[in-house]
Amino acid sequence: MKNKQERPGGLAGLAIKNLFRNPATQVHQFGEDGIQKGYRGKLLYDSTTCINCVMCMRDCPTGAITIKNLGTKEEKQMHAYLNLGRCVFCCQCVDTCPKKCLSCSSDVLLANFNRESLEIEL
Amino acid sequence: MSDREKNERNHKVVVPIGPQHPSLKEPGSFKITLDGEKVERAVVEIGYNHRGIEKACESRNYIQALYIIERVCGICSHAHTSCFCQTFEDLAGLEVPRRAHYIRGIVGELERLHSHLLWLGVASHEIGFDTLFMYTWRDRELVLDLLARIGGNRVNYGVNTYGGVRRDLEPELMEDVLHVCDLLEEKLKYYADLAMTESTLIARLKGIGVLLPEDVKKYSAVGPVARAAGIMDDIRVTEPYGVFREIAVNPVTDDHCDVYGRTLVRVKEMLEAIRLIRIMVKEIPDGPISVRPPRKLPVGEALSRVEAPRGEDIHYIRSTGADAPDRVRVRAPSEANWHGMSHMLEGFQLADVPIIIAAIDPCYSCTDRAIHLIGDGVNQLTDWAQIRALSIEQYKARGIDPGSIKIREF
Amino acid sequence: MLLAIFHVLVFPGLLFLGAYSFLLEFVDRKVYARMQSRKGPPWYQPLADMLKLIGKKVIVPRNAHKFFFAALPTVSLAAVCAAFLCIPIWGGTAITAYSGDLIAVLYLLTIPTLCHFLAGYSSHEVYSTIGAFRTLTQMFAYEVPLFMAFLSPAILAGSWSISGISAFYAAHPLYTLINIPAFLISLLTSQSKLERMPFDAPEAETEIVGGALVEYSGRYLAYFRATAITELTAIASVLAALYLPFSTGTPWLDFVLYLGKTFGIVLIMVLLRATMARIRIDQTLKFFWSILTPLAMAQMILNLLLRGGLGL
Repeated sequence: MKNKQERPGGLAGLAIKNLFRNPATQVHQFGEDGIQKGYRGKLLYDSTTCINCVMCMRDCPTGAITIKNLGTKEEKQMHAYLNLGRCVFCCQCVDTCPKKCLSCSSDVLLANFNRESLEIEL
Repeated sequence: MSDREKNERNHKVVVPIGPQHPSLKEPGSFKITLDGEKVERAVVEIGYNHRGIEKACESRNYIQALYIIERVCGICSHAHTSCFCQTFEDLAGLEVPRRAHYIRGIVGELERLHSHLLWLGVASHEIGFDTLFMYTWRDRELVLDLLARIGGNRVNYGVNTYGGVRRDLEPELMEDVLHVCDLLEEKLKYYADLAMTESTLIARLKGIGVLLPEDVKKYSAVGPVARAAGIMDDIRVTEPYGVFREIAVNPVTDDHCDVYGRTLVRVKEMLEAIRLIRIMVKEIPDGPISVRPPRKLPVGEALSRVEAPRGEDIHYIRSTGADAPDRVRVRAPSEANWHGMSHMLEGFQLADVPIIIAAIDPCYSCTDRAIHLIGDGVNQLTDWAQIRALSIEQYKARGIDPGSIKIREF
Repeated sequence: MLLAIFHVLVFPGLLFLGAYSFLLEFVDRKVYARMQSRKGPPWYQPLADMLKLIGKKVIVPRNAHKFFFAALPTVSLAAVCAAFLCIPIWGGTAITAYSGDLIAVLYLLTIPTLCHFLAGYSSHEVYSTIGAFRTLTQMFAYEVPLFMAFLSPAILAGSWSISGISAFYAAHPLYTLINIPAFLISLLTSQSKLERMPFDAPEAETEIVGGALVEYSGRYLAYFRATAITELTAIASVLAALYLPFSTGTPWLDFVLYLGKTFGIVLIMVLLRATMARIRIDQTLKFFWSILTPLAMAQMILNLLLRGGLGL
């Protein structure tokens, strides 16, 4: 590596240039949320294709998802419950599901003020 | 005479840096004994952030454990899962498709870019160079957005799974990877130039936190700390794995042995990472991206190593044939670097302490361990009832009777 | 009499000082942010910060000296305000112009630094004590070149009052060129006096958590912050009066010129702050004593010789 002249304030040129450029930061509240396509967000559930194998429940690292059959064995009424406080949005359940009835959306604005409303039905 | 009185008599001050301090991003404690502005003695205390990750993995099945392992480190999550998957695949005898190796390699190098950019920002903030801090973190966003598109999250990408990767790289995404590489290369060259010419930066970094090659071996330091002392310990070079069996990595070393050397090593490694990403994107083969992994592992044990951005990462799995590991051991790179810390700190000034600590790129929660002392009757494990009894005793000695307070059972 | 009180209290006195300090702090922060390609604060942010601090609870450490702890912020703010009244802003002469007011201003501007030291020392806390000693060490480093650099134009002008020096250079504008080295030295030393990057070792946030003022809170901290921002205004005004004293003769045009000059000086100071890393206290000492002090001394000798040679 060749030795170059050491001098202070080498950033000055770039700093002055940046004065006349648009800032890199943006106000989030009114700006774009910057969520990319294919982001792993809240789960989507299709109850018609679910076969109640509960593979997703077995593979969920945090035990956030619960699948319940509220009907009978013949006439299924499938319901999925997700605890958003526990979910780590790894989407392993989506990969595991043999019938592909779970999928992930890009919905990430899920914060809430009380713990109870974090438990939602999908 | 107590330590405190002794220090006061000798005009020495003990400055506590941490557990809460603006220069530490995670809790860790450093007791610095000062003689004027000079550090005379430094005691490193870690363990404020123990999370019991290994135990958590042992009580879950392999699929679940993968996502726990991903959360060992907030920065090098991909390196940890790569290492864990590699260990699993060794034990299960899985043949990972070549395309999966390439995708793992691309994500790994992108992660190295974002980790080193983050480090450059943190280090320049520690020496009060906030402008460089803002610039590097701004450029890091490019990589993070890319990783979010590849994996689906900014930090825990979740790209790896046993036997391959979970998501494929689409052609247009690969074009964007190349585009980001072009953008970043220009900026990184500027930063490399800046690191070599900016005299205030050099004045603060050169000759600070020296760890000579023999000390590196003595304290078994890894990663950029070792490479800055001229010791080549990059696993990608010394023991290639995955994609690096096909693509050769140019070793990056430096002979400054100090914080400045570590900075140069990291900046050069970023340029090397960009070169590797370009080759990998060009030469990526077609084919499947994963094979189906077994749910249970055969009896046995395996250990594997991966080069994380901070150094050598070691994972160990022992299996008894069940669907959950019997023992998991994670040796995060920061753990190896803590041992030389007090040696690095001693003899320098108080003003240098934050940058010397930051120079190993410490990751406190990756590292923290609980210690269980066995033998000599020093069993320090106390159960809930014992702790409660002890605390009641202590309060009674102070004249307070907390016996009537009901405590919720956990 | 009433007019004099108006001059002292409102314009160009204390109210103007407060308002202009907030404006300059906003410029400082906004330009700093834009240089770092950030958005930066809105224009009312300095005022909002100040109001918020004044509304906060004051916590006095148990083993601190109660009287000193409360009195020091007020004393330092008062010293800066007093210094500002000696600087000409409207119409060539200051409100309280007298012979030798340059010396008085320099001494008055030393008081905040001493207050910082005493505040840190009386807080009885390890970080603030280290910060206090660093403040004092740095003061011994920059005070000599600062005084020499500020007095060089006075020697050439043959007057010890800021208004007098202004008038002299307004009459002989070319002589200001001689003082350019002194101007650069005083910019660096002022940066050090204001404890700004690269000389902010006394309050280095990542090392000693903010230094001498670490125990301060509420309105006392607000007074110290007010001291810092008014000191910036005062020093920028002194620099403008000493080194850039061009004037047109009409008071309001001169005032606009004054605003332009101080803006320019603050912009240079922001650029210094943005482009350098914080240097260590021993490096600061070395820099001031081995580079700036000889330079300042050379400037002073040059000005003495020129004064004799030019026959002023």
